[in-house]
Amino acid sequence: MDFSILITNFWSLGLDGIVVGAIYALISLGYTLVYGVLRLINFAHSEIFMIGTMAVYFVILQFGFTGYEDPLPLIKFIGIFLLLATVAALVSGGSAVLLEIVAYRRLRNMNASRLSSLISAIGASFVLTEVFRIISDSKNLDFPRLINKDPFFTWGSLYLSADKVLVIVGAAIIFFFLNRIINHTKLGLGIRAVSQDERTAILMGVNVNRIISYTFLLGGVLAGVGSAFYMVFYETTKANVGFLVGISAFTAAVLGGIGNVKGALYGSFALGLIQQYTSAVLGYNWRDVVTFVILVLVLLIKPTGLFGEALQKARV
Amino acid sequence: MTKTTKSSLNLRTKFGDWWEGANAAQRTIFRVVLIGLFFALPMLNNPIIDTPETSFDSVLFYPLIMFSLMAVGLNVVVGKSGILDLGYVAFFAIGAYTQAVFSNRTSLNFWETLPFAMGFAMLAGVILGLPALRLRGDYLAIITLGFGEIVRIVAVNTEAIGGSSGLTDIEGPTAIFGMEFTVNDPRPYYWLTLTMLLLVIWGVIRLSHRKPGRAWEAIREDEDVAEFMGVATLKYKLWAFIIGGAVGGLAGAVYASQIRSIQPELFTLNLSIMILACVVFGGMGNIWGVIVGAVILGYIPEKLRFLSDYRIVFFGLLMVVMMNIRPNGLLPRQKREKFQEKSK
Repeated sequence: MDFSILITNFWSLGLDGIVVGAIYALISLGYTLVYGVLRLINFAHSEIFMIGTMAVYFVILQFGFTGYEDPLPLIKFIGIFLLLATVAALVSGGSAVLLEIVAYRRLRNMNASRLSSLISAIGASFVLTEVFRIISDSKNLDFPRLINKDPFFTWGSLYLSADKVLVIVGAAIIFFFLNRIINHTKLGLGIRAVSQDERTAILMGVNVNRIISYTFLLGGVLAGVGSAFYMVFYETTKANVGFLVGISAFTAAVLGGIGNVKGALYGSFALGLIQQYTSAVLGYNWRDVVTFVILVLVLLIKPTGLFGEALQKARV
Repeated sequence: MTKTTKSSLNLRTKFGDWWEGANAAQRTIFRVVLIGLFFALPMLNNPIIDTPETSFDSVLFYPLIMFSLMAVGLNVVVGKSGILDLGYVAFFAIGAYTQAVFSNRTSLNFWETLPFAMGFAMLAGVILGLPALRLRGDYLAIITLGFGEIVRIVAVNTEAIGGSSGLTDIEGPTAIFGMEFTVNDPRPYYWLTLTMLLLVIWGVIRLSHRKPGRAWEAIREDEDVAEFMGVATLKYKLWAFIIGGAVGGLAGAVYASQIRSIQPELFTLNLSIMILACVVFGGMGNIWGVIVGAVILGYIPEKLRFLSDYRIVFFGLLMVVMMNIRPNGLLPRQKREKFQEKSK
């Protein structure tokens, strides 16, 4: 144990924690939205994220970067990044909608137990992971460095670099729009209505199947954007990346109170910070143990997570 | 629930009727033949059931009989009491590691270590269960998932038990009833595990017809009502956990003594999910359904080896399709009508 690292690197670890937390947040929102509407853990959501990273990788392959050229000018980089994020969002969103139709819809209409849906989702998750494992030949797919990652601003132990700023600013913009969608549009009203009371929502003329499709789309789009950020920040992906990131994102959602949008957000940032600081002190190997121990403690003290589990009252 | 009975295989109803009408002698003969058939399985060498690339004997031991044993244990937790456990592999790992450590550090043989392997797994059940079982549903599922991961990561990070390279030179069981346990022959292990499985099935069936079984069923159907009616819910949930854990520990101990060296990577979340899939796929709460599920899910990937890389893809698709066709599993649990008829 080395607490001096904690003090000397306090701010840079904190910044990394917020960056990682922002990526977790984009993924955990998908878990939370689906849980809010369906009361169901979308076990294959991590694969939706993985598909996003793959889409990003294959699009960047078309540009023919080798990874050794000079970093791109900022404007060009932002252009390419927007393209990547859009493609990833479309691919992930589309797969999420497809996943819902293939793995969940029929079971839901049959009123099957939630465990059946869980197994169906696990099957879908196997299929997706394996398909991409075969495509990628079980290798790590490395993403070229597009942007200069040297810090452009230093203050004490705080180093600001372009990629971190991109993730934080980008995520903030997305959370702003998500807030608009959930609280100020008809779609958001529908999502909140279905999550509060599905039957009454049907009585009121809400097309529940459509709302559920849109919820999956929304979750998928968020995960897709998150995967674009992930690729810029971590610069590598593989077929089982979804599992590793998905567990953390899911933990974050539970930490904040699953089904609660605000909770997923705060839970993700809390988890990102906790993971950065604990892996600095205890070593990277113990990171996940600490994550889970904290999760267990939180759930024991406040079983519905930090912010309770109500989507209908959510304010992003 | 009437829906499930309708969608049940017709064959099953016929068998049920025959079983109801059969007298004690017929039932005993049926049991003996069936058990004998299972014991004879490694001797059959039938090209239809044989698996390509891997020897059928070793497939019989792992995954088939191992999955069955674990699925029966997990079924007590998930199927009977309705507690979703996503970290069952932790008990399996604890059993396997106990066996390995005792074999390396003490002079106790396999049989003397077995009670410790089961005991530690049960203890883990208590340690996890006492706080966790106060929660419900998905939260409980996440805590168990976390527990499974914690056990694995601790094993990876603890050098005293071999770290990420694990433990080697685990002794096999000493000979019993003239049966030698050698490295190259998985058949004695299969027979040993089959015997254990039969004992566990017998015990679980006994239990489910008695007070604990009724308590579990009440908890599964409606925990609040059960508690209100005086069922000590925490106590019985804890017992379900402990019994499930003991069976997992038992399976782990036998597994470790067969493969002779273990690594933390053998005990990932995927295995927990696989066993859970066996339980749900076969039919939660029905012990025979669970075994059918374990056999099918263990067997198919081996049989599909000719598809090489694509076998898991196919396997996943099969899971999705099967769940959509029969959401309650292949042989779903039947309601208690039978019991009521008997008690009248």
